[in-house]
This record gives sequence, structure tokens and C-alpha cells, in this order.
Amino acid sequence: MSTAIELVGITKRFPGVVANDAVDLRVTAGEIHAICGENGAGKSTLMKILYGMQAPDEGTMRVNGTEVSFASPTDAIDAGIGMVHQHFMLADQLTVLENLILGAEPTKAGGRLDFASAEADLQRVAADYGLDVDLHEVVERLEVGERQRVEIIKVLYRGAEILILDEPTAVLVPQEVEALFENMRELKASGATILFIDHKLDEVLEIADTISVLRHGKMVSTLANEGVTASELAELMVGSELPTPDTAESTVTNVVALEVTNVTVLSEDRRPLVDNVSLQIHQGEILGIAGVEGNGQSELVDAIIGTERVNDGSISLHGDEITSWSVRERRTAGVGYVPEDRHHEGLLLTSPLWENAALGHQNTAPYGSKWFINRDGARQQTELIREQFDVRTPNIDVAAHALSGGNQQKLIVGRELTSNPSLLIAAHPTRGIDVGAQAAVWDQIRQARSNGLATLLISADLDELIGLSDTIVVMFRGKLVARLSPSAVTPRDLGGYMTGAQTQTLTEAAL
Amino acid sequence: MRRLLFSLAAPVAAFALTVVISTIALWAFGSNPLEAYGDMVSHASKLETQVDILNRATPFYLSAVAAAIGFRMNLFNIGVEGQYLFAFLIAAQIGGLISLPQVLHILVIMIVAMVVGALYAGIAGVLKTTRGVNEVVSTIMLNSIAVSGLMAWLQRRWQADQGDNFTSTTLGTNPIDDSGLLPNVNGLLEVFTRDIGLGKELTGMLLVAVLVGIGYHVLLNRTRFGFDLRASGINPFAARAGGVPPKRMVVAAMLLSGGVAGLIGMVQLADVGKFPPDPIQGLGFAGIAVALLGRNHPAGMAFSAVLFAFLDVSSGVLDSTGAASREIATIMQGIVLLTAVVAYGVMSRVRERDEARATAEALLAEDTLVAA
Repeated sequence: MSTAIELVGITKRFPGVVANDAVDLRVTAGEIHAICGENGAGKSTLMKILYGMQAPDEGTMRVNGTEVSFASPTDAIDAGIGMVHQHFMLADQLTVLENLILGAEPTKAGGRLDFASAEADLQRVAADYGLDVDLHEVVERLEVGERQRVEIIKVLYRGAEILILDEPTAVLVPQEVEALFENMRELKASGATILFIDHKLDEVLEIADTISVLRHGKMVSTLANEGVTASELAELMVGSELPTPDTAESTVTNVVALEVTNVTVLSEDRRPLVDNVSLQIHQGEILGIAGVEGNGQSELVDAIIGTERVNDGSISLHGDEITSWSVRERRTAGVGYVPEDRHHEGLLLTSPLWENAALGHQNTAPYGSKWFINRDGARQQTELIREQFDVRTPNIDVAAHALSGGNQQKLIVGRELTSNPSLLIAAHPTRGIDVGAQAAVWDQIRQARSNGLATLLISADLDELIGLSDTIVVMFRGKLVARLSPSAVTPRDLGGYMTGAQTQTLTEAAL
Repeated sequence: MRRLLFSLAAPVAAFALTVVISTIALWAFGSNPLEAYGDMVSHASKLETQVDILNRATPFYLSAVAAAIGFRMNLFNIGVEGQYLFAFLIAAQIGGLISLPQVLHILVIMIVAMVVGALYAGIAGVLKTTRGVNEVVSTIMLNSIAVSGLMAWLQRRWQADQGDNFTSTTLGTNPIDDSGLLPNVNGLLEVFTRDIGLGKELTGMLLVAVLVGIGYHVLLNRTRFGFDLRASGINPFAARAGGVPPKRMVVAAMLLSGGVAGLIGMVQLADVGKFPPDPIQGLGFAGIAVALLGRNHPAGMAFSAVLFAFLDVSSGVLDSTGAASREIATIMQGIVLLTAVVAYGVMSRVRERDEARATAEALLAEDTLVAA
């Protein structure tokens, strides 16, 4: 078998992090090759490099034996590589046919579009690869699975023989996944090479010929899909050694701070994103939620903070039912929030630091009152945060974007903890910040816990999750599937639950 | 010091560039640039012209503040035009029907104007929050409805009884009693200088505009509502997570913007005492340009309102002295706007980079200090 893709020593660094560390990858022509790994393991970066969206810092790439270097996706397409993104790039109001030829329109004399020949070509491509789609339907009316098929045909129509599918099953319902796998087998039979990213191990085991596992930017293993079990894969993904939990004395009390009861959140197309979730957090307790991203953690957080409507179930805080409260009412009642993406939900990047410190607390002392902003109070409080949380900045009037990521994060954690919350929702509180800042944030959270703070911690970082949490629950496809003790958890179990390879029975979980 | 330098660099660069391009334009049209500039400046140094400029700048400024309230939260209220004309008509009609003591009469008329403007703008706000209609589309359509629909219809209905002396001056709504007309503030000028000749009157709305400007500044920078508004404009997601109710903010901002827009027509109302058959139009659109040039800043917009008014007034002068054609003033308004937008864009990028570097340097210096 010839080699379709060969990557040797690919390294890609971003400020403060090595996304790909001397990665080697060999993909045989005509196979289905899965790339697995946790979030942040470097899968997407590797695919972006292969598709010419990013240039590697080091390393060489060979496609069909020829060494290549891509300046843009156009070069990759010319080399026969096509990529189907997780988020489809289709014009909703155009027909399938129009979408497919968009950017590569065949023309007749005088620059008129040659729909007839395009249609003939496309029918042939679709038939060759066994992909069934109505060319004259408007994309808007298609199901998600059909849209994905359109994207695949589009890539094939451009002449791709190597397909990169970025988490193709993430947006699909189970029947659609089956249809996709059927299509993938057809494509393979017709000679295409498929490289796809997935972290649902049952799916990977069903469809892939070869499986490569990335962890912390390194290629851990590439193995043939023969006799491999999901548990073995899960262990490869998570790593064989877990950090030891913090041995400090438990500060968990009997007082319930947050109670979530049978909460369900539906997506726009009525799929359950959060599926009948119930949990309790006590004062002085840190409850960690483990899970591969996109399994409903963000939606659960949004439901608790109030930016997402709950379709069913109830949420109560210190005995008050808050399900229908506004975000402001909840925050005033003492809910602190460290959002998962500080630039998206955490900061006003062009505003000075003291205004950023006030954000979320602008209606409470010392930042302000119901009607007015207290500039002096806000500034003093910001100076306090700067000192206590070691926010490195020349002064508190610089815009937030001037600070490094770690310092931005310390500012956010600082503003939330100094406002004496009774419940803290911390989503990835140390994502993308350096080790020193990380330790500082952890210490601050631990200290707040010993003062009775209840914390909901979402994290993809197992050091953080196991090191901080009193209890760990695992979320998978919108459900809580396991409840684990941080001191007793094994990599195999954690990885297994996170990827759906393993499930606790409901009674065992005792949620 | 550095900050001052940065904030001055952009307007100075924009001004210089404007002069250069305008000079080329004038020269290309066959006029003598120096002569044209000379006429403009010498005319503007006359007190009467200055009164004209301020009278013209006042509605520009109000209109700019109305637009800026929306802009500060990324809400494009293109409907200031329709809001002020409709408010003007209703306020004039109601003012003409009632008779009240002076202060009260004036207040009632102004409040009616603000409420009508606010409600009319509020329609777009409600459409956006309940139906997801883009406010640009809805306010443009509401402009047409106000001007070609409601105004055309109501103007005819509310035409004052003309009796026997039918002349063009009797066209319009019922004239408002003197008690309902905001007096001029020529007294203010007389403190500084000689009596005003040529029957010029400095509009009393100038004071109202100053108050609106101060109110705008206080609202934005000192109140929680203003904080919420700015936060929503800079990052709506962070604002929402910080407890700012996005839908309520949209409606509130539209109401506020429309309320200020309602005051624009009051300048002409104080002057003519009724809704005339040919009200001054286009002020709403001019306000967008003035707000853009003034960076939505209360003082910046005051400056740009005066600049636009000066160029407007100059067009008549250039025409009468024959130094250049009157359209050159409009061209200059366009040029100053474009150069300002470009200059501000460049400067903000330079400033951003400078700030990031300064921060990094400051931290580095701190570290070396600690190390030593």
C-alpha cells in the first residue's frame, strides 16, 4: 500500500504552548484513519497544518510521496486534500447545485454559468461515491446530515482524494452517524483516503482502519484497529498516570448551596443538550465536571448562570428557586462566574481594567449601586485585586487587551472571588495560562472553598479537576454518567466514562 | 501626556489631510483655493455668521447625540430623521391647540416631542427584541412611513384654518401662542459683545443642547445604565454574562435615542412657531455623520457639529462671492468624514500596539528590579 500522507516531526508553537510537538503521522492510501485525543491535544492544529491553514514551525509533509509546503488551503486543494469543517460553510439560500459550484463555476461562452455541465459532473461524482443528494433543493431545507454530504461532495468535486473530516459526528444524531459511516465506507471503496477527528471511541472503533492518539501535542500511538478495546484507547488518551488529589482536609459542609433538579436544555432543533441533570453542591465543596468538550457542560453552566433557558427542571440557590431569575438577580444573589472563554464572555477588551473589574458587579458596592457607578470605589477595589491576585500591569487604566492571558484571567478570578460569592461557577479557570499563574488561581479557589464557597468546576485539565475537586461527576452526551471520588479514580475509568466506552448504572452512580 | 498626544494626533492629521484634498478639489474645479478659504474665514469671523453657525449646529448636535446613544451599543438608529419629523409635527399640533402659562407650555411641547420620538424609535426596538428585525431595516422603513405616510396625511388634516387671507405664510399647523415658544438667548451674547444686528436670534435650544450633552456624558460615564450600555456595545456576550439584560437594553437605548431625536425639531419650532409646510429635512442623517466625526464623544460631537454647521453656512457665502461653487462645502464635509474615519482607525491601532508594548515594558522593568 502506498502512503498518502506522511508527516515527520511536525512542531507548532503558540505563545506559551506547544500545540504539536514533533508529531509523526503516516496515512496509508485508501484507509480510514482516525485521530483521537482530548481537547487541546493538538488534533485541530495538526489538521489545520495539513490543510494549509497554518504553517508548521518545524517538520516536513509529504503527500503521495512528494514533499509539499502549503501556503494556503488552495495549495492543499491542488495537492488533492479537502477538508470538511465541523461548522458547515454553505449559503443557506442557494440550492445544493449553486453551493457546490460556488467558487469553481463552470462557464459557457460569454461568462454565462454552465449549469447543465455542472449538474452532469456532480451527478457523476455523487454516483461514483454513492452520495445521494437532491441538487435542486435549497440548502436551508436540508437536514444536518444532508448538509454534511453536500460539503463532502463539494470537496470531492474540487478533485480531493484525501478527505479531512473535522469531528464529523459531533453535529449528527445517531441515524445520521450511521448514514455518514455508510458514505465513508463507499468513499473508501472508491479509493478515497479519509482522515477524521473524533473522540467518541465507539464510533472510532466501528469505522476506522487505523487509529492515532494525540496527547498534550505529542503523538502517543498509532495502531491498527484490530483487537483494540475502548478502554485501552481511553487510557492512551488520558495518560497512564493521574495527578494525586489535594490532600488538604475536606471542608465540605452539609449545607446545600446549589441544587439542580432534573434540568433539561434543548437545542434549537429540540435535541437535548443537557439531559435531565441533577446535582447538589454544598458549601465548602468543589464539584468537578469532567467530560470531553461539547457534551453539554457549557449549556449546563449557561443554565445555572441564567443565559440559557431551562426547558425542564429547576435550579435553586440556598433554598431559593432561581430558575426564572435574570442573570443580574442571580449574580446579585452571590453567583460568581469565570467563563470558559475570557475574551468572549469575560472581558471588555478595549475598556480599562477597572471597568473590567466592575463588570458583573456594577450594581453592587464597592463598584456602584442600583443607579450609579462609583468610580473611586471601583478603582480602589481594582487596586486591591491587582495586589491580592498579582495582576501584572503598570496601572489599572490600561485596556484589558494589553494584558497577557494569564493576567487577564487573574483579573477575572480576582473580581469574582473578591465580591464574596456564595457559589462560584468556574469553567476552565486556568485555560491557556502559565504554570505560575495557574498555581496562584488554584490557591485562591482553595482558600475560598475553606471559607465556605461552593464551586462548580468545569475543566478539561485533569490535574486541575483531580487536584481541586471534592467530587467528580462525568458528563457525556448531556447526561451525568458517573460520580467518582478524586482519590480513587483511575485513568481507565475516567477516560472510559468521558468517551462513553463505559457507563455506571444509575444506582451505582447514585446521583 | 502620551495619551493627550494620541488623542490629538488623529483629528490634526484628519484636518491636515482634509485641507490638502479640499485644496486639490477646489483647484481642479477651477477655483482659487486661497480665495475660497479666505472668504469662508472672513465671513465666519462676523458675529451674525457665528449666530447662524450655532443655530445650525444645535440641531446637528442633538441629532448626533441621538445617533450616538445607539452607536455606543452597536445599535444603528438610522431613523432619527423620521423620529424628529414626526415628533415635531405632533408636538407642534398639540402645542397649537392648548394654551398654558409660558414655562409650562414650553415644557409640555418638549415633553410631547420627546415622548413621540421615543415611542416611534421604540417600535424598532420592540421589533428587534421580539421578532429579530434588524434595526437598520426597520428604522429606514419607519422613516418612509413617517415622512411619506404620516406626515403627508396629517399635514393636510391639520392644516390651519386660513380664513380669507390665503397666503403661503399661513400654510402649516395652527400657530403656537408665544407662551409656547422657547425664547432666544441673545442675552447671552450681549454679555460678551455689542447688540446683534440684522435681526439674528440665537436659538434657546442651544442651552437645551448643552444640557443634553452634559446629560449624555453623565449618563454614559457615571450611571450604571450607561455602564451597561457601553458594555453591551463593546462585548454583548460579556455584558450578558455580567447581568446586563440584552433585550431590555435594546429597547431602552432606542427609547432614549428617539427621545433626544424628538428635540431636534424644537429648534425650528421655536423659530417659526408651527409645523411649516416645508420643515428642514435631513438633520437625522447629518447627525449620523456628526456623531461619526465626533467619535460619539460629547465634546467631540459638539466640535464636529460646529464644523459641519460652518461648512454648511460657508456654502452660501462661496456661492454669493463667486469664489467657488456651493457644492464644495458638501464635498468638504464628505472629505473630513472620510479622513477622520481613516485617521481614527489608524491611530487606534497604533495606540493599541503602543499600550501593549508599554505594558510589557513596564512589567519587564519591574521584573528586573525584583531580580536585582
